[in-house]
Parts: sequence; structure tokens; C-alpha cells
Amino acid sequence: MQEILGIVSRIPVLSVTDLNRLLRATLETDYAEVWVAGEISNFRVPASGHFYFCLKDRRSQIAAVMFRTAQRALPFRPRDGLDVLAHGRISLYEARGDLQLVVDTLEPRGLGGQQLALEQLKRRLAAEGLFDAARKRALPAWPRAVGVITAMTGAAIHDIVTTLRGRMPQTRIIVRPVRVQGPYAGGDIARALAELGSIAGIEVIIVGRGGGSLEDLWVFNEERVARAIVAAPVPVVSAVGHEIDVTLADLAADCRAATPTAAAALVVPDRAPLRHRVAVRENALAAAMRTQLRRARERVAALARHVRDPRRQLAAQRQQVGELSARARRALAARLQMTRAQLAADAERLNALSPLAVLERGYAIARREDGTVVRSARDLADGEILDLLFAAGGARVRVESRRD
Amino acid sequence: MDERDGQGEFRFEEGMAALEALVGRLESGELPLEEALLAFERGVALVRALNERLLAAEQRVEILTRGSDGRLSLRPAEDDEL
Repeated sequence: MQEILGIVSRIPVLSVTDLNRLLRATLETDYAEVWVAGEISNFRVPASGHFYFCLKDRRSQIAAVMFRTAQRALPFRPRDGLDVLAHGRISLYEARGDLQLVVDTLEPRGLGGQQLALEQLKRRLAAEGLFDAARKRALPAWPRAVGVITAMTGAAIHDIVTTLRGRMPQTRIIVRPVRVQGPYAGGDIARALAELGSIAGIEVIIVGRGGGSLEDLWVFNEERVARAIVAAPVPVVSAVGHEIDVTLADLAADCRAATPTAAAALVVPDRAPLRHRVAVRENALAAAMRTQLRRARERVAALARHVRDPRRQLAAQRQQVGELSARARRALAARLQMTRAQLAADAERLNALSPLAVLERGYAIARREDGTVVRSARDLADGEILDLLFAAGGARVRVESRRD
Repeated sequence: MDERDGQGEFRFEEGMAALEALVGRLESGELPLEEALLAFERGVALVRALNERLLAAEQRVEILTRGSDGRLSLRPAEDDEL
């Protein structure tokens, strides 16, 4: 018990050193490990290379240090204004009585931090040459088989298959189903690229998903996915379906498509114009041959008019022309037969749509004298003359009475 | 025009170019009749081959999966999967 300034107290008097030592012991025991969320401010790096900064929120702040040895595993470079999650311990610098957080792990929080980490990863991969235009492979003009990496749920798989089939139905399509979000998605996709690349016949791979929020697309920003795309043995088309944000997968891919549908359209040619090109040349071929034959006949006829003497030779030439003409006719006939079969099929389809086909089923069409078709009894007057058209023939009739 | 050669478009374009050349030679009118007819017959054969390549049958979608034994295998997709 002691008396100081007239106050009686049981509490012992401590030296400053004693107090700080006590505080330090308490703090370093009770706060040997903490997670603290806050914003970085007053970030500075003196010659020592240690990071000194404050962690703050709206009401408070605390001094923090991150020693150089702890910085090695840092995925990003801290700066003022960044939201972070810090792991470390509380320490008291006894000589000054300063309290500080000794940080050993620092993670960016929220999209801002993720974006920063992404930018830094992007720069690193770009420096490695992963995104170089010179490294990009040309897509095969007409692949036998197309590999597809996406989720079996969702619109992407449906859009890709529908578009591939619409353009070139004979394309072989091999799908490797994967998860496209969540912690296992990156590994799934990276493995799938290697797996599909090993299937004989696959000459190009589409990898992607049908849009989603930026977080949903995050797997396409994973380093292993970008590296697997570059390492794939065949060209890769990315179809992440996000207009605004270009993912690392897009940058690493040999070709980037805005949507799964666009990716499928890039990968195989449309067969309709190709068929047209063949048909145009087929017609030109037949026309040229007909012209040749006509000219030959004309030449023979001209010879016949002017040369009478070598009749035998002329007869032989005539015969030759006759034989060649017959061969040409047979070849033309074979070609026409192919075309006719196609035409017959087309005609049958058209016939199904024709009004005549409807009449064949027992319907009739009623027309007024001016030719307009009657659709309602209300449009008729008693005694009006109508033309009825049947499947075979027609009749002129008079309206006795109407039923509305 | 072999599907298995893996160079569909290359072969296809090659066929188209050959057909184009035949048409051009025929149209020039400088071929003797016998050669013209040979060219025509080759052209008809090319047209048939090109159309066969274009009109080949649709193929079923296949799914690549890894079994519990770790092996990869292909199976045809069911229609309701896509």
C-alpha cells in the first residue's frame, strides 16, 4: 500500500520500460495471430525494402509492417487505397511504445484486388510471350473433328452443336464436359485441353461458356488455363461470351470469339455456298462441252460443203463426231439425272405447300367475278355469282342465301 | 476427296481449282474434240466427288469421359444431353 499525491492505491508503480514490457508480453501472447481487413494507406518502402503502411477503416487505423522476407509470396504489389486482408501478429516496439501489425500474408480483397492481381499476372504472361501474335496458329479451313470443352448444362453446348451442324452437318463433334466455375473448374479445363488434344482427328478445340458475371468467368483468368491453351497440340478458339472483359484465356487462345455460336461459325465453313460454287462450275462445264460439240459439227458441215473428194475421210470424221457426241450425251445424261433427283425431291417439298395439294384433299376455293377470294360469308350478297375452283375443273354458282 | 486425309478444305479447294481449270480449258475452245471430251468426263467425276464430300452424312455427337479406372473413353451423346 502506498500513498501518492494523497491517493491511496494498491496498484504498483511501474517504470515505462516495465509497462511496455508487460504490454508487449500480453499483446504478443493474446494477438499472436490475427486476420485484419482494411484499406492500405500511407504505403512507403524505405531503403530497407520493408513495406510500411497503415491499415484503416472508417473509424480507426493501425500501423503495419511487412518485412522483405514475407514479401516473396505476394501475388501483387500493394498500394494506397487497396482493400486487403492481412494476416500477422501484433507487436509493440518497446523503445517507442509504438504498436504495429507485423504482416506475413497479404491478400487483395474484392474485385479491385482481384483485378490488380489479374493485371499483374497478365503482364507476367505477356512478358513470357504467351499472348504473342506470332505464336497464334491458323485455324484449319475444314476440320474433320472439332473438340468442345464446356459444361453440359447451359446454352453454350447447345449453341455450339446447333451451329456446327447447321453449317457442316458431317463434322465430327467430341465434347469433353467440364465444370466452368468453382474451385475445380480450372483444373478440369486445363486437363480437358490435353485430353482432347490427344484424340486423333481433332484439329481444333472450342473452349468456353455462355457468358455470366465477371466472377463466373474468373476461371478463364487462371494461369493454368491460359498455359494449357497455349500448350494444346491443336489451335484453340475461346468463347467466353463476355463482351467487355477479355480474359487471359481469350488472350492465350489462337482465336477469340465473342460467343459460343460465333466460335462454332469460325471453326467450320458453311456448306451452302460451297455447294453453290460446285453447281456453278458444273453448269459452266456442261455449257462449254455443248459449245465444243456444236463447233465440231459446224466444222464437219463446212468441210462437207467445200470438200467432196476425200469422202471416206469425211465419213470417218462424221462417225468420230457421232461417237463423241453420244459419249457426251451419256455423260450429260448422268449429270442431269443427279440434278433431276434433287429437283424431284425439291418439287415434292414444294408440292406439299401448294394450294393444289389442299384442293386434292377435297377443299374448294370460291372467288368473286373480279377474282378475289371469298373468306367470309358476310362479304357476299344474295344472288352474287361465284367461281368455285376444285382440284379438277371448276363451276360457276349463284348464292341462294348466306349463313353468317 | 478422302475424309480420312484430314485436309478436307485443302483437298476440296484443290478439287475446285482442278474443276475450274478444266472449265477454262473447255471454254477456250482450243482443245481437240477427243481431249475436250476427256476433260469433260474428268470434270463430271470431280463434281461428283466434291458433292460427295459436301453431302456426307451427319455424325453423332460424342462425349469424352474419364472412367473410374482413369481411362478416357468416347460414347455417343443422347439427344436430350445437348
